Amino acid sequence: MNGKSEVSEFYSGLYTDNIEKIEEDSSQFINSFRKDAFEKFSQLGVPTRKNESYKYTNLDLFFKHNYKSYFIPGESDFQKAEDFRCDVTDLDAHGVVLMNGFYPTINGKLRQLPGDITIGSLNEAAKRFPAMVEKHYGRYAKSNTDGLIHLNTAMASDGVFIHVPRGAVLRKPVQVVNLVDSKEDTFNQHRNLIIVEDNAEFTLIICDHTLSPQKFLTNAVTEIHIGENSHFDIIRVQNEHNNACKITHTFIYQEKNSYASSNNITLHGGLVRNSTFHYLSGEGAECNSSGLFLADKWQHIDNFVNVDHASPNCTSNQLFKGVLDEMSTGAFNGRIYVAPNAQGTLAYQKNNNILLTDDAKMDSKPQLEIFANDVKCSHGATVGQLDDNALFYLQSRGIDKRQARLMLMFGFAHEVIQNIKVEALRERMDNLVMQRLKGELSRCASCMVKCG
Amino acid sequence: MLSIKNLKAGIDGKTILKGISLEVKAGEIHAIMGPNGSGKSTLAAVLAGREFVEVTEGTVTYFGKNLLEMSPEDRSKEGIFLGFQYPIEIPGVSMVNFMKAAVNEHRKHKGLDPLSASDFLRLMREKKELVEIDSKLANRSVNEGFSGGEKKKNEIFQMAMLEPKLSILDETDSGLDIDALRIVANGVNKLKRPDNSAIVITHYQRLLDYIVPDVVHVLYDGRIVKTAGKELAFELEEKGYDWIKKEVENQN
Repeated sequence: MNGKSEVSEFYSGLYTDNIEKIEEDSSQFINSFRKDAFEKFSQLGVPTRKNESYKYTNLDLFFKHNYKSYFIPGESDFQKAEDFRCDVTDLDAHGVVLMNGFYPTINGKLRQLPGDITIGSLNEAAKRFPAMVEKHYGRYAKSNTDGLIHLNTAMASDGVFIHVPRGAVLRKPVQVVNLVDSKEDTFNQHRNLIIVEDNAEFTLIICDHTLSPQKFLTNAVTEIHIGENSHFDIIRVQNEHNNACKITHTFIYQEKNSYASSNNITLHGGLVRNSTFHYLSGEGAECNSSGLFLADKWQHIDNFVNVDHASPNCTSNQLFKGVLDEMSTGAFNGRIYVAPNAQGTLAYQKNNNILLTDDAKMDSKPQLEIFANDVKCSHGATVGQLDDNALFYLQSRGIDKRQARLMLMFGFAHEVIQNIKVEALRERMDNLVMQRLKGELSRCASCMVKCG
Repeated sequence: MLSIKNLKAGIDGKTILKGISLEVKAGEIHAIMGPNGSGKSTLAAVLAGREFVEVTEGTVTYFGKNLLEMSPEDRSKEGIFLGFQYPIEIPGVSMVNFMKAAVNEHRKHKGLDPLSASDFLRLMREKKELVEIDSKLANRSVNEGFSGGEKKKNEIFQMAMLEPKLSILDETDSGLDIDALRIVANGVNKLKRPDNSAIVITHYQRLLDYIVPDVVHVLYDGRIVKTAGKELAFELEEKGYDWIKKEVENQN
């Protein structure tokens, strides 16, 4: 960035105004990153459309706003988190609720699950298990050129910490519910750190909700380390109102022969940007990165994926889909990088989008950088309408046009949903997607906000 | 049952059907043969209600109703079934959900309640056996990853599920090996009843070894140029279409 824009100045100001208070309650170790990160943010600023990876996304709509508060919690703020109950009743999961990015203090800050798995507050973990946190914190995110990641490192002080020890297998998933709730327009940041040691198995579900109708901006960074031969699934379900902006940066670093999948399901949200960075560090690692979004009105949904094949014989698969109605817009950026030594790489990418109106717009950009020669790579992108032949095929069996359209859209979306291995969640997602496609509100029963 | 009178139709302003008349009575099997490009598939498309075919003249009456005014879904519910030459793959839509929706739409049309889940699965099982379709296919997405033969068998399976009064099979035999051909033909024969009819569109006589037609029509250049009994099919197999082309040209 040349000089600092007005927008970037505002966030620098937030840092200066709040840093003392933020540092007071944060662990020494997390604080030690702040100064450098702030300097980097000062250089890079809030990304604009001149930044190649934000070419199709205008952040100004949400960043050019005078947020009344930068959220730092008091005890009383957690009552709603305590009261919150996910309405997917048959989802058998270990639950964690974050309020505006903070781990509820009244719940106890860290807890143990079967297999000596630890879940809880990152800030607390940094104080109690400094060696564990120090080995991974900031390591995967730090060299990124996205200013927002550094803004997060400079200011975030809490989020979820999960440690899955070597050999631990947790059958039930952990579900993290991110609630945002405030009486005034608020900017939130949180930071998650997930460490899965060797030979372990772990599933994480993250649900993003808004509880009050104020304007929200959330900028979240998640760093994940997957040890050798481990198996990890992360499913993110986003259901926020039109006045909310959610920016997520997820780094998944994989060791030898590990498997990781990431699935971002965006049902609703004003502006959503999900950046997922896969780093296949060890030989034989495999990752599946997928996403689905349904957008209408003025919503804008942007999925940015970066898969780094740093070692030989790794496999990656990207499958991203979007259904865009009314004036909504979307973007997909999928980068595959194959390092010179990464022979035997298999890397696939698919991005399919359906535009339901002439006003909806989708930009899709594949980016392949291949420096090895024994590689199988493919990519394909489509932006179009529902297939007339398929529509007629259904109609010719007696299914009326409206229902046939619904079935096709549902089938289109289901290709992504079917990758969710947690059955109760998969069924629920099918259900919410169907409601959303029918034009009904797909909100969870506990949501207070009419997203109309 | 079906009465086509002087039907003229085209695609993108190009006339393809140049005046077709055809009567199909209950219980009859009609074969429509003809060289490539003669208009066979366009005729099937008109009868099933494809929008891209424009009817410029003539009438099609089905059980006394104007067929051309009916939507594709209504035609289906009134008992017309089109077996596609190229069945469509629909990823993400399971065969079970597809057939459940179709069967229940048909039942609703007849004033019947939707089938219970167990009754529906029993019906699926029965019909699968009838057409010798692999039961795993029913758990997959519609036609996705099916072989050519499986797709055609799947068409006959859908026909069995919907029990049409008039089936139009558009080159169901194309791309089939002899075993698949036999299974498809057996399926059609088993579904035959005195009150239902079929129009079998085919390029080769081969299929008609298994499905014996009452009437054989030859379609050439958008017109039915010859109509006779099943012996016509054998003659065509032996002599090809050239003699018919010559006959037509001599008449002109």
